[in-house]
Amino acid sequence: MKKDKRLYWKLFTSTFYLSAFTFGGGFVIVPLMKKKFVDNLKWIEDEEMLNLTAIAQSSPGAVAVNASILLGYKIAGILGSLCCILGTILPPFLILSVISIFYSAFKDNSTIQILLKGFQSGVAAVIADVVIQMGGDIIKHKSIMSILIMAFSFIATYFLNINVIYVLLASAVVGGLTFLYNIRCSTKKGNESEAQI
Amino acid sequence: MIYLQLFWSFFRIEFFTFGGGYAAIPLIKNVIVDENQWITLSDFTDLITISEMTPGPIAVNSATFVGMQIAGPLGAIVSTIGCVLPSILFVSILSYIFLKFGNLSIIQGILSGLRPAVVGLIAQAGFAILVMTVWGSDGITFNASSLNIWALILFLACFIVMRKFKPNPIYVMAGSGVLSLIIHQFA
Repeated sequence: MKKDKRLYWKLFTSTFYLSAFTFGGGFVIVPLMKKKFVDNLKWIEDEEMLNLTAIAQSSPGAVAVNASILLGYKIAGILGSLCCILGTILPPFLILSVISIFYSAFKDNSTIQILLKGFQSGVAAVIADVVIQMGGDIIKHKSIMSILIMAFSFIATYFLNINVIYVLLASAVVGGLTFLYNIRCSTKKGNESEAQI
Repeated sequence: MIYLQLFWSFFRIEFFTFGGGYAAIPLIKNVIVDENQWITLSDFTDLITISEMTPGPIAVNSATFVGMQIAGPLGAIVSTIGCVLPSILFVSILSYIFLKFGNLSIIQGILSGLRPAVVGLIAQAGFAILVMTVWGSDGITFNASSLNIWALILFLACFIVMRKFKPNPIYVMAGSGVLSLIIHQFA
């Protein structure tokens, strides 16, 4: 029992530490988690970590939170999962609570306003860069369907003010149906070639 | 009941965030800025900067920030819980599917439909932010006085640096803020 308590504490402190010092979100923190829990502590296998990452990235929500839930559960069950979630969300929670209080107090200061205004140009540039990178990847694959979905979702939300959630639901359905259609085509082809033999 | 509203809003945001990172931005904008008008687009853009400069996922950061602004510490707590619950729910379901079938191919199929949509949505949020930064909250006008020429120049400079040198975004944002202070001193 005493050993268990230490394990939970160790899970909490490890995830807390990782979360507090990782800037840049899920795609940065997951490799660091692997380093900590697979390479250093050897609490789970490499293969398990790969499966866990695949699930964390396929599931909605923040990748870092998803990965910590799975990791905690694999190592120490539901309680372990809770320790990891707390460890992951407490650092940003504490930091943003403090910033939120100061933001209201500072944002009317004229120097801060100029600084924030300058940041905004930077944010716009960073997002534009992300869009061009991700959009470029999609165009490169030359799937007409993907390009149409991308264009449609921009037009639907920016010009037609359609709710983002409906656009996502519609594209999930299109993606799922395309997948099922492709499977049907490939099994049909498989059957035909079997029949020929 | 503001607490319930905050909880439900962040629950929905995370429920529909596929792909992590920037994918959350259009959803947060949609629910927090457009639907509920809890914070302005300008505040939200500041929040993106803050999120880039501090650790933690942008959704958790936004939940804490907005919850705190709207309803104090308890607001921050319920928003954050709302933000984490979809993860617990979906991760459990997907783990079960994975254990049972050994792969997630139907999920991968659905994700392949969602990926391009997410790019289009991020483009939408980014474009709204760009328009707000360069022209102000009234949107694009052909009135020269509402065009903030320095903001446009800063944007173009940051964009070129991002494309060419691919630095950590934190440096680009910070640099852009500092430059804007300098420009204000001398222009």
